[in-house]
Amino acid sequence: MIAAVLSLTLLGAALGIGLGVAARRFAVEGNPMVDEVAALMPGSNCGQCGFPGCPGAAAAVVAGEAPPTLCPPGGKALAAALAEKLGIELDLSGVVDEGPKIALVAEEICIGCCRCIKVCPTDAILGAPKQIHNVIREACTGCGNCIERCPTEAMSMQPVPMTLQHWVWPKPAVA
Amino acid sequence: MGLMEKIFGAGWGIHPADRKRPAADIPLRRIATPSHLYVPLQQHIGAPARPVVLVGQKVAKGQLLAEAQGATSAAIHAPRSGTIVSVGDITAPHASGLPVAGIAIEWDGEDRWHEPDDLPADPFALAPEDIGRRVAAAGIVGLGGAAFPSALKLNLGKRSGIHTLILNGGECEPYLSCDDRLMRDFARETVEGIRLMLHATGAREALVGIEDNKPEAIAAMTAAAAPFGEVQVRPVPARYPMGSEKHLFSTLTGKEVPADGRTTDLGVLVHNVGTAYAVQQAIRLGRPLVERIVTLNGGAWHAPGNCVVPVGMLVADIVTAVGLKQDPARLIMGGPMMGTQLPGTFVPVVKGTSGLLALTADEAAAGEAQPCIRCSSCVRACPVGLLPLEMAARIRTDDYAGAVDLGLKDCIACGCCAWVCPAHIPLVQYFGHAKGELAARDRAKLRTDATKRLVAARAERLEREAKEKAEAAARRKAERAAQKAAEAAAAAATADRTTEES
Repeated sequence: MIAAVLSLTLLGAALGIGLGVAARRFAVEGNPMVDEVAALMPGSNCGQCGFPGCPGAAAAVVAGEAPPTLCPPGGKALAAALAEKLGIELDLSGVVDEGPKIALVAEEICIGCCRCIKVCPTDAILGAPKQIHNVIREACTGCGNCIERCPTEAMSMQPVPMTLQHWVWPKPAVA
Repeated sequence: MGLMEKIFGAGWGIHPADRKRPAADIPLRRIATPSHLYVPLQQHIGAPARPVVLVGQKVAKGQLLAEAQGATSAAIHAPRSGTIVSVGDITAPHASGLPVAGIAIEWDGEDRWHEPDDLPADPFALAPEDIGRRVAAAGIVGLGGAAFPSALKLNLGKRSGIHTLILNGGECEPYLSCDDRLMRDFARETVEGIRLMLHATGAREALVGIEDNKPEAIAAMTAAAAPFGEVQVRPVPARYPMGSEKHLFSTLTGKEVPADGRTTDLGVLVHNVGTAYAVQQAIRLGRPLVERIVTLNGGAWHAPGNCVVPVGMLVADIVTAVGLKQDPARLIMGGPMMGTQLPGTFVPVVKGTSGLLALTADEAAAGEAQPCIRCSSCVRACPVGLLPLEMAARIRTDDYAGAVDLGLKDCIACGCCAWVCPAHIPLVQYFGHAKGELAARDRAKLRTDATKRLVAARAERLEREAKEKAEAAARRKAERAAQKAAEAAAAAATADRTTEES
């Protein structure tokens, strides 16, 4: 009995130390660029880009597997920042920009189930059980996570209305 | 000013035909009030005003409709007495044609002013801060075009050691003559307004800069200012854009404002002469800013001239009242150089509206844009010393950072470059587009930062909730254990007693 306990303990300790040393000695260095790029991103892990969260998207952009325009909530500003960081050419012309969108609750259909609230990455939905929910427009990133969660299809994505403060003179047509 | 400039004159700017007369010489008219007025809640730089009236409420002329909210904002008052019909959206007098929140009033046919509360017997006995407060309450904004809340500028006086006030009577835009008319007809009131501004800011002297193409205004203002040594009228050469704050400043003082600075850094505050008149009306008579002089000019008007127009009057109503000879090729609010092309006539006059130009096809003729021939006419014309052709070339290829490096942020959008360009390149539109695009990017960046904060706040909330849940569960468990122990003890005690009894 004692011999068995002793031998297993020794075996466990030796293997554990071996693994620990190996983890230190043979550690694979992560690309520091990935962390820097991830720091530029919104960090809401909304998944609109199709990658597993912002770190996954950052890794893909750094590896060149995805264009710098992959992040819809980041918009053109983030695309420009990413292109500058990575030193690559930014081609905005190829992007079909539908403009930013935000979620909207159809108040007459909402049953107050709170399911959308649980998946919102920025806590942008206001509501309580059996109360009509609403979206705080300034906080919504337009990730669309809430759309599929709604059992009554009360959530929809609507384009952000253009206002005087946001209007930009169109670029003159090239002569 | 360098030696070369002393000999050859300043090199900046342009000399367009001023086309101010005959409109400037026609006596001021009052325009008949229309049945409805549409008053936008944002007629100034800063946050929109917050309505304080209800639909159906009766208001007197000059009564508060919406109060200022936030640090930079201005109050809005009823331009005429009547009934509030709606609080909703109005088409903004802006090239985009987008809506702006506003209040619609149905005029009751009377001309009844709202009774002011406490008119000072002697306005010069008021404390300087009190003048600033009254100017803010009257909703006065800079009437030169930018419409920045005037009270904020006046209150700056004491803090930043303002020693000189410059009154901008330059009115360098062609066609416009509303300030000219104001100085001719209300010189005494304007000078009193200037003296009130001196009192409010603590400045020692006021220089009134008037372009020398307005001799009547110079004469009227000089006569009105004669008894007051602290107010001096200084004619300046007619040249566009003399009415730009920094250019009038350097012409009058010989100094130059640093690129990223303001005239207030050098102890000088610049106000429009129209603002001085509005200040006098507010302090002396308790009348808020609800109407202004608007120049109607351009070949398409039946009777060009200057009119007193209530804020909120639709351009369509002015067209009905004055009449057009022909359909204008362009309808512009403001001057021809920096004004706004209107999306239609169903837009209201606002506090910052200096003119309404109905230009004929001949006057508005614009050539087809052609490639840049690098003649550098725009470089000579640029009053800020920029390279418009180089900036436009950068913007054309979306190199906004390159344009900023060339000084895009110093561009005052005066339009000199586009006016002289022989290739008719819409340079100002390039710069306007780039400035808007850069602002949009700044906003997007702020938004990304805000999203990060929200995500962090959510993570913190989830963690806190999990912890609270765990604590609550532990507490319940402890309570249950305690209860069980108590029950066991009680049972034991009963058992003991039973044993003893038996």
